[in-house]
Amino acid sequence: MSATGTAAGPGLRRQPGRRRRADDVAGLGRVRAGLFVAPALALIGLFLVFPAVWTIYLGMTDYRLTGLAAANPEFVGLDNFATALGDDEFWHSLWLTLIFVLVSGVIGQTLLGFSVAWALRRVRGWVKSVIETLVLAAWVVPASVASFLWLALLDRRTGTLNALLGTEGTAWLIEYPMVAIIVFNVWVGTAFSMLLFSSALAAVPPSQLESARMVGAGSWQQLRDVVLPNIRGHILTNTLLITLWTFNTFTPYLLTAGGPRDESAILAVYIYTTAIPGGQLGMGAAISLIMLLINLVIALGYLRVARAASGGRR
Amino acid sequence: MSAPPPSLGRRMVRHYLSRVLFVVAMGLVLVFFALPMLWLVTAPFDADPSLTVGWPDWTLANFAQLAENRYALGSLRNSLILGVGTMVLVLALGSLAAYALSRVRIPGRDGLLYALLLLSSIVTGTAAMVPTFQLMTQIGLINTQIGVILVLAGGVLPTVVFILKDFMDSIPKSYEESARLYGASPLQILTHVVVPTARPGLAFVAVWTVVQVWGNFLVPFLLLRTPESQPAAVLMYTFYTEGGQPDLRLLSAFSLVFSVPVIAMYFLVNRRYGFRFHGGIKS
Amino acid sequence: MAAITTTALVKEYPGGVRGVDGVDVTVADGEFFALLGPSGCGKTTLLRSIAGLESITEGTLQIGDRDVTHLEPGERGVAMVFQDYALFPHMDVADNIAYPLKIKRVGKGPRRTTATEVGEGLSLHGLMQRRPAQLSGGQQQRVALARAVATRPEVLLLDEPLSNLDARLRLEARTFLKELQRELGVTTVFVTHDQAEALALADRIAVMKAGRLQQVGTPREVFSRPVNTFVAGFIGSTPMNLVEAETADGGVRVAGAIAPLPVGAQGAVADGAPVVWGARPEYLRWSTEPVDGGIEAEVSVIENLGASVLVSAHSGEVRLQLVVAEDDEPSPGDRGWVVATPRRSLLFDSESTDLIG
Repeated sequence: MSATGTAAGPGLRRQPGRRRRADDVAGLGRVRAGLFVAPALALIGLFLVFPAVWTIYLGMTDYRLTGLAAANPEFVGLDNFATALGDDEFWHSLWLTLIFVLVSGVIGQTLLGFSVAWALRRVRGWVKSVIETLVLAAWVVPASVASFLWLALLDRRTGTLNALLGTEGTAWLIEYPMVAIIVFNVWVGTAFSMLLFSSALAAVPPSQLESARMVGAGSWQQLRDVVLPNIRGHILTNTLLITLWTFNTFTPYLLTAGGPRDESAILAVYIYTTAIPGGQLGMGAAISLIMLLINLVIALGYLRVARAASGGRR
Repeated sequence: MSAPPPSLGRRMVRHYLSRVLFVVAMGLVLVFFALPMLWLVTAPFDADPSLTVGWPDWTLANFAQLAENRYALGSLRNSLILGVGTMVLVLALGSLAAYALSRVRIPGRDGLLYALLLLSSIVTGTAAMVPTFQLMTQIGLINTQIGVILVLAGGVLPTVVFILKDFMDSIPKSYEESARLYGASPLQILTHVVVPTARPGLAFVAVWTVVQVWGNFLVPFLLLRTPESQPAAVLMYTFYTEGGQPDLRLLSAFSLVFSVPVIAMYFLVNRRYGFRFHGGIKS
Repeated sequence: MAAITTTALVKEYPGGVRGVDGVDVTVADGEFFALLGPSGCGKTTLLRSIAGLESITEGTLQIGDRDVTHLEPGERGVAMVFQDYALFPHMDVADNIAYPLKIKRVGKGPRRTTATEVGEGLSLHGLMQRRPAQLSGGQQQRVALARAVATRPEVLLLDEPLSNLDARLRLEARTFLKELQRELGVTTVFVTHDQAEALALADRIAVMKAGRLQQVGTPREVFSRPVNTFVAGFIGSTPMNLVEAETADGGVRVAGAIAPLPVGAQGAVADGAPVVWGARPEYLRWSTEPVDGGIEAEVSVIENLGASVLVSAHSGEVRLQLVVAEDDEPSPGDRGWVVATPRRSLLFDSESTDLIG
């Protein structure tokens, strides 16, 4: 009721407080409402917003975990950014991240999740619950457990995979580190897309599908002409979240620790190894900032597409 | 009725072919998701587990061994402290904020909510690990449970406020208006009417927060440097990365005990509330 | 008990939209008063302003001899039954009824006693331990009423009290509501969009449109002497025939025929004036023989109303509807004469749409 004070005539000014309170259902009033919101905002501000902002400053220092620069960091301006952007390792890591996001997130999780949701949409009974439960369990199991399960599966000497395929001695994590973390990430994350798409598919009006069937549309045509247009919003949401999550996930570190050498050092892992074990906090912060900016670009790009899509529908 | 329908035989063939295709595809999906999971359900019950999945030599001795391990139990307790602590903090602050935002039109409210939500998905533990580490070192909360709780709470609060506000928006305003007509004060309205009617939403958020924190690896890994204070997620990792050959009996039993609570809570939430709020559920 | 008086009451929303636009109305002590109008006419806003749930932008509101314009809802001595009843889902029936007493810090014992008493008065015994979700619609409504009257309010407000009940139950609840109001003698204001409900229940009806009062009167007055074509068209289960016409030869020229001048308009209007002629379908007669002053027309559609039929007949471009007893039912395509009685027809000014007589 923000405009009440200005829109109403002189009669209002007598008791503005009363009036405003009468306009919200609980009689809370704006001051009390502000008090209710403040503690949450303070916590978010201090532990979420502030670190993000401080990244900018830290990125411009030569802060180190130990040694001289730890006690007395110097301002080095954009040096860190210049170093990072001139460093092959950084570009290599960014390239790996891109592949990782594209293949495991956007293609792997989304496609597999959608396919499972689509295949199971009319299935009832135990088949559906067994598959859904397994997919969901992979998502819910704590990351450190999930990664150990894969370490066990892929183990060089006694891993189950080698035993099944008869390929004893194949060190999957060393020979194919990127493939390993990509497949692992698909395994972990498919549940989200599956859940999202199965609820989206359930919301497609049956009458629309039925009228498509009445005019003789096959499965594929129904999918293209009725289902996909209906769930466009869900596809966008799914893609955004999957992209951000995959981009930022740290879990592959538990599987390969970025190795061998840095063959699977996606950006999140690269920042960690640079900053904490490597001790270069300033440098790590600079890369973090680049990562934040990429996140921002992804999110804003998504918003733009979403807005264009909803505008187009109107 | 112009084109003749395909012959019955051909339709049957196509029908069976697609059935077979469907079964094979679902079979592959099943194997893919089940295969890594098998170890988790067999090894803990095996008297002498290896990394290879096999029919176990049934025993519960591994769990007995786990019960005697000081670190293992301590880490589970730490996980519980972190989970419950974060949950309590987030519920208290989140429901107050969500209620005010749902019922009073504060200027710029929607923008603020979306900005925070966007921020919480952009500023992840990963991208902010260096400043978070620095901040906690500076204010002396490094190596403390409180520090981890605060950081985790700050990370999940935007989503929690968003979910709870959504929930409170769906509570009919007439409940509160009705209470108001009888002269109830805002605080009475909150405790008599809003909290009880929002209970399903609060329960959902509570479980969800615990699940989030229980499995979180990076924040405690970053901020807690002594084994005594580390939660199960971190201890689990040190179990198999440090000190040569891991003790698979301990590790397998620990994995299972560590995983079961979240799986149980998760399925409970999913069964009771469906996919309604999963928009921001796992980050 | 108390009367309610509003003086030049205005409720303005941000952006300048007026939900209630200068309403002066007095509801007498103990009266059963209806606010009637189409959706968006401001009737609910007026009710909520009386309750204190909407702030009053201008004007004053009095309950009894107190000016309550700026009082909090809880301080006004007003109780309200919401359209969705607003029963707290987490409390049982007894706790719901006793809730206002709890706020007034009445002890647990007396609270229970009052709740039981009030509940029994509304035939809720045996249901006191149930949750609202376990009750039927009619029972829920009675619980909401019980909660509202538990504190003996000076004024009882009802927002669309019957709209959440199914058709058959609605009739029962209507009678019940009227009995209850008579018994308690509490000043009651209720909002409805259903003219039949207002006619059946209210001592007086206020018809509203676009935030303004159109007419305040007894059901009979509003039905038989609507002040303008809006009220005329809104009241009545089959809408009044309203036809552009012209006074001529001491009568009214309707669709080429000269119908008799309505009694109330005699001497109030000169020949040749453009008017709107109005006659309720129930008051028109169908004749198969030519009648003096009858309007010749051809039957196009027949709708069955049970014991009677609604006949639509066309005379040129003009469509007239009339209710005919089932025995006299014509067939589509029949030609005949529509006959109006001077005592039961009305004339409205075609410009201002106000009643001439």
